[in-house]
Amino acid sequence: MVKVKVNDIEVDADPKDNCILAARKAGIEIPHYCWHESLSVVASCRMCLVEVGETKPDGTVAMGPKLVPGCQTPIKEGTIIRTDSSKVKTSQQMTLELLLLNHPLDCSICDQAGECYLQDYTYKYGKAHSRLDEPKIQREDKYHIGEQIALFTDRCVMCTRCVRFTREISGTAELQVVARGSHEEIDVFPETPCNNKLAGNVVDLCPVGALCSKDFLYKKRVWWLKHADSVCTGCSTGCSIQVDQNDNKVYRLRPRENPQAQGHFMCDEGRFGFKYIHDERRIKYPRLKNPPSNANATVRSTAPSDLSFADPWPTVLAEARKRIHSAIQNDPSGFVVVLSPFMTLEEAYLLASYIKGIDARTKLTLGPVPVVGSDDLYPKGPKGESPAAGKVKFTIRAEKCPNRTGIEAILRHFEGSVIHAESLGKSSASAWFVVGGSSSGWVNEKIDQAVGTPSLLIVQDIFPSPLSERADVVFAAGSFAERDGTYVNHAGLAQSTHASIRPPEEARADGRILMDLAGRAGLFNAMALRKEIGTKIPELSAIATGDLGEHGVRLAKFANHTAAAKSS
Amino acid sequence: MSPTEFKPVLLGRVGKPDSQSLATYRADGGYEALAKSLKMANTEVIDLVKNSGLRGRGGAGFPTGLKWTFLPKDVQGPIYLCINGDESEPGTFNNRVLIEEDPHQVLEGIVISSFATRATTAYFYLRYEYGRCYRALQKAVDEMYANNLLGKNILGSGYDLDIYLHRGACAYICGEETGLIESLEGKRAWPRIKPPFPAIEGAFRRPTVVNNVETMACIPHIINHGAEWFQSMGIPKDPNNPRDAGSYGPKLYCISGHVNKPGLVELPMGISARDLIDQHAGGVWKGRKAKAVIPGGLSMGFMTNAELDTPLDFNGPGRVGCLGLGTAAVVVIDDQTSMVDVLYNACRFFAHESCGQCTPCREGTAWSTKILERIREGKGKLSDIDLLMEIANSIGTIPGTTICGLADGAAWPIKTAINKFRGEFEEYIKSGRRSESLALAGAH
Repeated sequence: MVKVKVNDIEVDADPKDNCILAARKAGIEIPHYCWHESLSVVASCRMCLVEVGETKPDGTVAMGPKLVPGCQTPIKEGTIIRTDSSKVKTSQQMTLELLLLNHPLDCSICDQAGECYLQDYTYKYGKAHSRLDEPKIQREDKYHIGEQIALFTDRCVMCTRCVRFTREISGTAELQVVARGSHEEIDVFPETPCNNKLAGNVVDLCPVGALCSKDFLYKKRVWWLKHADSVCTGCSTGCSIQVDQNDNKVYRLRPRENPQAQGHFMCDEGRFGFKYIHDERRIKYPRLKNPPSNANATVRSTAPSDLSFADPWPTVLAEARKRIHSAIQNDPSGFVVVLSPFMTLEEAYLLASYIKGIDARTKLTLGPVPVVGSDDLYPKGPKGESPAAGKVKFTIRAEKCPNRTGIEAILRHFEGSVIHAESLGKSSASAWFVVGGSSSGWVNEKIDQAVGTPSLLIVQDIFPSPLSERADVVFAAGSFAERDGTYVNHAGLAQSTHASIRPPEEARADGRILMDLAGRAGLFNAMALRKEIGTKIPELSAIATGDLGEHGVRLAKFANHTAAAKSS
Repeated sequence: MSPTEFKPVLLGRVGKPDSQSLATYRADGGYEALAKSLKMANTEVIDLVKNSGLRGRGGAGFPTGLKWTFLPKDVQGPIYLCINGDESEPGTFNNRVLIEEDPHQVLEGIVISSFATRATTAYFYLRYEYGRCYRALQKAVDEMYANNLLGKNILGSGYDLDIYLHRGACAYICGEETGLIESLEGKRAWPRIKPPFPAIEGAFRRPTVVNNVETMACIPHIINHGAEWFQSMGIPKDPNNPRDAGSYGPKLYCISGHVNKPGLVELPMGISARDLIDQHAGGVWKGRKAKAVIPGGLSMGFMTNAELDTPLDFNGPGRVGCLGLGTAAVVVIDDQTSMVDVLYNACRFFAHESCGQCTPCREGTAWSTKILERIREGKGKLSDIDLLMEIANSIGTIPGTTICGLADGAAWPIKTAINKFRGEFEEYIKSGRRSESLALAGAH
């Protein structure tokens, strides 16, 4: 650590920091466009120019004669950074005026308005009027630049973050700068649009409204969006994300910086893969075969095929509890629970402790762990080859579920070992409690056959499956955006996810269903449950603090695992 | 040595029959310097060049020997020497004559410099437009390979060197040393941020020296005649200024513009602009007077008639507000020419050649061109003059707002034109007249 002074505020900074990072530690913003923590330094936008000096051994301060880019200038013991001198302010004003010269100022129809660095910096550091008297350069918009991205060419400030991203992170190098001087544009070669699996990130990287997501384009003004910290459930990387919703509808997912998990980015599979949560085919009502005669069995006209009730849950839960108890009484070792790798730790814990609490001879198993192909590593080489070990900057994992590691820890605690439900053989038990949670295709042939037609089948899922069709009890569960809880990624990083929307119709978040089923008092509280799990299960003791922070905590078993972003 | 008794050194063989061939070059004592230096230690060659006070002829005037010493001492793997032949400063044509007329002189300098810097490969970056140069060079290089002056074990010394000719693609920015390196590597010629400087990490991330063609041409003569001989020409160090490295040796002055006899003359450093025009270029044409003179390529800015007695050495132009000596390309502008038109052409050139990397240069050069365009249409406002000055003062490396010096080169013509000819601009704007003269064709 070295001591630096930023506008007279003394602060301890890492000697590897540049001026921008050091100033950030002092709570001072140095405006910048082209610099990004995970990309190479080009120092070309010249927005971050500051005065830098040093303290001489005799205590005098010597300021450099010229302004220097904060992004490129390293710090050392005694470095003095000034961001508030008139020299710096004049330079910031001029740079902003120059950046806005050919900018169309179409904020009123621009998707970025509200989270645009041109707007914010102009408000904070710029001036109100432009002195340009001449016509602006107008450029064609480029909708063809990628399947998911559109380029509004004249809004671009030529920071080249997007170009560097495709060269340094995805390695696919589709984007480039064409022409020269003030006629420069971002473009792709004809017939080679920017369609790599990480392409959506250039929209987040773009500090202005030049690169927009076609999926989100003109859907919502960003200031109406409410944000919740969450975790992507698309693969076992477990990217930290932010879910942006309004009025119970999710509009977009964006990566949330987490050096412990994935770094700054996320893949398009995860980014655009959330649409299923608003799918009409979702299970929206709990179902009960042969309801008790005293139940208020008014069938809902909106969903005639569902055996649903005006207030179905108390009846369904009571009946389910009754049937579970009697099934376990009849054949304790023939009662099998299938936990899915899409469950949170809390949910798995609630269900496991409930069933094992009735009879320890019941069997807990792990459901199918979906794996597609092999891990997809970035940056790609010139021929599309994977990077060498140690050079990996982003991984889309083959394991397409968020919490296998966590569920296995729960199973080891309650069952002693991890039994795969698929390996149990045909019709191997008399009663089944199967929890799903995947967007599609999770119930495969093996698990279907293993379950067969038992005397009791309880299914908790979000989409209909062959199992839910023949289930005696169906719990309409919640998607990832509707649940609070904890996921443990491939590298043992436990991250908390937060519900951002309510489940549709009568569906309920899994945690709430299981609390009620187990008859536990109170509301579902992920924090309290984490503390309980952490104290009871040694392998998961790291989460005993309850609050996992925004970056999560790593399980002791994985302590040697270096953070994904650091290893690259 | 007074200019009158000066015998051309670098241009000594220009005009002789078949001056491009190896045979005539050898007959005139060529490659003796190479043989001599190959027998010396490479550090001795560096010391000799250092002692001669030779400063780079490309524009910045950085001491050549000192530049060579910046290379890391114990480096594993190759070192590269890049020859900057991307001569694109408007008004400059000295490299062209040197290469076209006497390629072996330049190439001998390159081999000696490569030996001194321990480079095993030299890249000759030549601007695309110089087709004759390219052919002359290629022929000369082929002759050298055939005569053991290049390739393995040069002249039995055990020293190996390969030279590659690389033709650019017509961009001014490729004359900036790191832009040149990027272009050489096959990338967009965006100058690099420094540090690291090329001597530490240059072409292909290896230690690299970038030198100008004329600098190379001086090297064999320094080896042959010694440092003292070289220092007998030019303007000595200012004893009152410890940072002055002096302006020694012969220099090629390119004279163009409104003179009777434009061309290339070689003189000891330090002749005044007035003497150069009157004695060596036949005076200003049509009996007119010079209104302004560009001392060393467009980016250096303008001198007024009253400032013409300034010596054209490395320090002279700076004393009258110009950026420096630059490439010593003297362009004369007569008193019938509007400075508004001249400045417009200058701005148009730099706006066209700005690489577009840094915001101030990319937008500032284009904006100043637009403003001057409007003034030339008779729609100027008096406030435009201050606006132009503000733009000029906020771009470039000397305020610290860009990566390379192109923006300084763009700013200096604006600064000097407005500072020295402000009245003319005001009068032009007030009169509301439209400029009839056409913009120079082929400003790019």
